Amino acid sequence: MSNLENLKYSKSHEWVEETGENTVKIGLTDFAQHELGDLVFANLPEVGDDVTVEEAFADVESVKAVSDVFSPVTGVVSAVNEELMDNPQKINEDPYGAWFIEVKEVSDREELLDSEAYKKFCEEEA
Amino acid sequence: MDLIFEKSRIGRGCTVLPECDVPIAEIPKSEARACAPRLPQMAEIDISRHYTELMKRTHGVNDGFYPLGSCTMKYNPKLNEELAALPGFTGVHPLQEESTVQGCLAVLEKTEELLGEITGMDQMTFQPAAGAHGEFTGLLLIKAFHKARGDVKRTKIIVPDTAHGTNPASCTMAGFKVISVPSNEEGCVDLEKLREVVGDDTAGLMLTNPNTVGIFDRNILEITKIIHEAGGLNYYDGANLNAVMGIARPGDMGFDVIHLNLHKTFSTPHGGGGPGSGAVGCKEFLAPFLPKFHVVKIGDEYAFENPAQSIGSVKAFYGNFLVVVRALSYILVLGNQGIPEAAGNAVLNANYMRVKLQDTFDIAFNNICMHEFVMSMTKLKKEKGVSALDFAKGLLDHGVHPPTMYFPLIVDEALMVEPTETESKDTLDNVVAIFKEIYKNARENPEAMHEAPHTTPVRRLDEVGAARNPVLKFEKWK
Repeated sequence: MSNLENLKYSKSHEWVEETGENTVKIGLTDFAQHELGDLVFANLPEVGDDVTVEEAFADVESVKAVSDVFSPVTGVVSAVNEELMDNPQKINEDPYGAWFIEVKEVSDREELLDSEAYKKFCEEEA
Repeated sequence: MDLIFEKSRIGRGCTVLPECDVPIAEIPKSEARACAPRLPQMAEIDISRHYTELMKRTHGVNDGFYPLGSCTMKYNPKLNEELAALPGFTGVHPLQEESTVQGCLAVLEKTEELLGEITGMDQMTFQPAAGAHGEFTGLLLIKAFHKARGDVKRTKIIVPDTAHGTNPASCTMAGFKVISVPSNEEGCVDLEKLREVVGDDTAGLMLTNPNTVGIFDRNILEITKIIHEAGGLNYYDGANLNAVMGIARPGDMGFDVIHLNLHKTFSTPHGGGGPGSGAVGCKEFLAPFLPKFHVVKIGDEYAFENPAQSIGSVKAFYGNFLVVVRALSYILVLGNQGIPEAAGNAVLNANYMRVKLQDTFDIAFNNICMHEFVMSMTKLKKEKGVSALDFAKGLLDHGVHPPTMYFPLIVDEALMVEPTETESKDTLDNVVAIFKEIYKNARENPEAMHEAPHTTPVRRLDEVGAARNPVLKFEKWK
């Protein structure tokens, strides 16, 4: 189970990368994509949408089920990785490259785990 | 096997029309199509063989055990077919004068009366063609009710996390926002959490009872009261009515509007895209909003009426009428003793299987269940790498249709088993033995499980490829 050390992680299995002042990129972790299985559809918000901490901002669909993706932060969507809508398999192939959205004006965030703590958390979940 | 379009040969056919004995009327050019429809051209014998071959490659209730949870794949009595084939039912046209189809209208009226008695509802429409269509219709009734009172702030429908996937989908289609409420450790609605989410924006609640883990929510009266006190309405998803039909009535549980799947609970054919019926029943106060073509009896005459504030039509004419004939046949044959007895046997069969399997399998919320129960394959997956999917595919090699997989979402590696009332103890014993044999094989030889099924016309299908790159039309004639 790979985790990148410079990222932070939520307990609902999203990763958060600091990309600037009050700006973050959000994606799904390797653990999450593995649990979900092959993804066939990703539904993303639009630039300018508000996201709220611990509320769903996107959903992904595998052949088994549709699952919500939760935002670890509150802020405004400043960029969307639209490639994922045409190629949801990127999330499976390269979970840490396949960012979902970039959020600016981050005003709130949940308590995030570092890679060591997240790794441990996943081991307990598995 | 070739598609019927690939078997087509130009000029071949099987229509022998008698000589025309009336003047030939030309179709006006403006109405005529530019070219003939591209239908397969085949001789009758080849058509017959084509469909017989297709039939051999399928698995239905007539082939073997079919425990698809929350789908109630019960046996469809042949008598239903005989009655639905009567020429008085099959030879009518939807635009015929009401006075010439009084028998058909009587069927709709009688079925409405009997289903009303079974469910505790006052009026019913047979327009919706299937369950999700019924949900959509029922939600439109709720929406129309709030709107008629000028209460437009009610935009949210509360749905438990065990709900059928169609519930949130129907809510969204009907323009509502879905609020999911979690289950407690017994698998039922968490009352505290429910109280937290209700408010003056609550349009209603959608609930299946018994729910999808096969448990009758004993707090049902409290649940519906919480919603009513908040000003919302209660919607009953009839998918699991089979467990309680003739015993407990949604109308008495506090529900205002329901849908029934006649193709589940009332033994009409199910699946394969054939016509279903998602009849929607409601309490009197919602009746003014029902879809068009509602049958009323005035004196000895039957007639259609369009309710005063009708939401309009949700399907052409009266829905799938011949399905209603089959359901009426089923209800009249079983009667008021047979209907509850069928429900009782459905519950008994599910509990018999559950108890027989519980020494080998992990049963979720393992307690006395209703008509279905859920097993979790998590342990097998962790220890041997054999998933619920592998197990389901293994069942196919034994001539058993798999249970519902990966549902409800609150149970990992779920298999949801609903045997239905019509299976004998012999059949259940045989299936229990098959389940245990597959489990044993899975532990001893897990690798082989990934290869199953071996004996079916097609092996493992590429579900991911089908979803990512769907081919939606026959390409040869593009």
